[in-house]
Amino acid sequence: MAFDPDNYGLRLFVRYLVLCLIALIFVFPLVFMINSSFKPDSQLLADTSSLRAFLPVGDISLNNYFGAFRRAPVGLFVLNSVLVTGVTVLLSLLICSLAAFSFAFLRWKGRDVLLSIVIATLIIPFETIAIPLLLLVSKLPWIGLDGLHWGWLNTYRVQIIPWIADGLTIFLFVQYFKGLPGELIEAGRVEGANWWQVYYRVVMPLSGPVLATAAILKFLVMYNQYLWPLIVVQQEGYRPVMVGLGYFFQLNVAWGEVMAYLTLITVPVLVFYLLLQRAFIASIASTGVKG
Amino acid sequence: MAEVSLKGVKKSFGRVEIIKGVDIHINDGEFVVFVGPSGCGKSTLLRMIAGLEDITEGTLEIGGRVVNPLQPKQRGVAMVFQSYAIFPHMTVRENIAFGLTIAGASRQEKQQKVAEAARILQMEHLLDRRPSQLSGGQRQRVAIGRAITRKPAVFLFDEPLSNLDAALRMDMRMEIGRLRRQLGTTMIYVTHDQVEAMTLADRIVVLKDGQVMQIGAPMELYHEPANRFVAGFLGAPSMNFLNVDVLALDGEAAMVGNQSLEPIRVATRRRAFRKDGKAILGVRPQHLRPVQSGKGLLHGIVAHAERLGSETVVDLTLRDNSELIAAFNEDKVFEPGDALELTFDTALAHLFPDEGELQTH
Repeated sequence: MAFDPDNYGLRLFVRYLVLCLIALIFVFPLVFMINSSFKPDSQLLADTSSLRAFLPVGDISLNNYFGAFRRAPVGLFVLNSVLVTGVTVLLSLLICSLAAFSFAFLRWKGRDVLLSIVIATLIIPFETIAIPLLLLVSKLPWIGLDGLHWGWLNTYRVQIIPWIADGLTIFLFVQYFKGLPGELIEAGRVEGANWWQVYYRVVMPLSGPVLATAAILKFLVMYNQYLWPLIVVQQEGYRPVMVGLGYFFQLNVAWGEVMAYLTLITVPVLVFYLLLQRAFIASIASTGVKG
Repeated sequence: MAEVSLKGVKKSFGRVEIIKGVDIHINDGEFVVFVGPSGCGKSTLLRMIAGLEDITEGTLEIGGRVVNPLQPKQRGVAMVFQSYAIFPHMTVRENIAFGLTIAGASRQEKQQKVAEAARILQMEHLLDRRPSQLSGGQRQRVAIGRAITRKPAVFLFDEPLSNLDAALRMDMRMEIGRLRRQLGTTMIYVTHDQVEAMTLADRIVVLKDGQVMQIGAPMELYHEPANRFVAGFLGAPSMNFLNVDVLALDGEAAMVGNQSLEPIRVATRRRAFRKDGKAILGVRPQHLRPVQSGKGLLHGIVAHAERLGSETVVDLTLRDNSELIAAFNEDKVFEPGDALELTFDTALAHLFPDEGELQTH
């Protein structure tokens, strides 16, 4: 069939139109949230029945933002979440990739059985182990600068350490590592590298895509933490953003302030995603994982 | 520089025995080629020498030292892989210097050794490129460069030319030959390409099913194969094998023949045969010559002929319906259906016991 430029242009136009419509559907809630955050409650509720809900029209102001900051220590919550999330993501990448390195490249007794067990943990919902885990962490020892403590409640570490290693992240790394050419690892070893050097000089520099995937998935899990911090943190000083949302659902729900708060806490997610976007999209293709 | 010695080396993966007791002694500075069909264990054997596979049984010595328990890096070997295995995230320079970097060499030493390797392999202009910007031949050169910078005692090559196209393969083969003369290091080279084996090796080790079939100089293997397998493996087109009857025996020779072969006397080369028993006669296609009607030892009908210019390869069907390949050293025209009589120098023929394929020296 001959190449038809008109037909091609039309098809391209239709394709982009469909893509834009799909994108719009996904963006609607975000647009609604941001627009509503600038509107007083009365107008916000009235607008929900019309397209005005998605437009920044009417009585626009930053009052909801001021209100949100008055009602809750937003900065502190964001800081807590960024800290807990950031540290967990970094430690998780390190620990899980090391575990996966061992599963993928080293030969030891029980390796395959253990890997099966690690992967099997994926089917256990967190809610079922939340209470046993709570009992455990409430009694664990910790040696800090000021000596020995018992119990991890009301700390950052209780929000970080249980979440560092997880089956999904290890599995992602294992699958990726198994896809690397084995001869590269062997070449590294013959050239005199020990396993540790193979890990950080050969394997890690080639693992950009899987690092990005694992980082984003972990980031989302950690940033969205609600149940676990709710039960292990009673002090305001260690609360993350999602638990902080509860401050806005008391006797009178101020929807405008809720929207302002949500807008504020969405910013770090967007920044993080934009930073890793390219690598993430590349890695979806290479690891076959959906975001 | 070092000797390599394998004594009763065995390798099993689970219950499957891959290497079934191998004894090879490789002299200092010798170029030894392991050949054999796919799955014969040649690469496994090389990887065992490198330390990438454990040795299930037996001992491996490099430079007089038993290295069975040693890690690859402690064995003083360097290896060049079929897939090149150069690191895609490093430049050529970093790749070549990798072993030195791991060993903690100074920047000056690295510069000097990289420059030397680049000079030997004529790739000074490529040092700042990434592997993705190199051709297959250049990548293999980088892999060789990485291997020579550390001045290893033994070089191991695992089918290094298999991924290259034919022209490049010949260039690199000559280059490896040159490198070998220049460095004088012990080299062990695995290939399934008999041309590489014949041209590069001081000695060839022919392997089959994890066992050594024969060890010897290329021409020794070609002219005096220890068994039917070696005879058939070396030489292209491969040796013809005819089922023959042993008509008579004397001390050093047997009289053999069959429906399509006139009785001839062939040296037994100390192999045992039974009178009135069966044997296998091996004749290389190149040793066959067409002769006038009535004077031939073999009678056949042309099934197919290939003219290659310098050579004509003819596929014949003999009287007993067996197949025979003849290669004539000239351009000749044959038509399918032509009757053809052939003769050969019986001194160049080999007689093997009927079940003797696995018999070794």
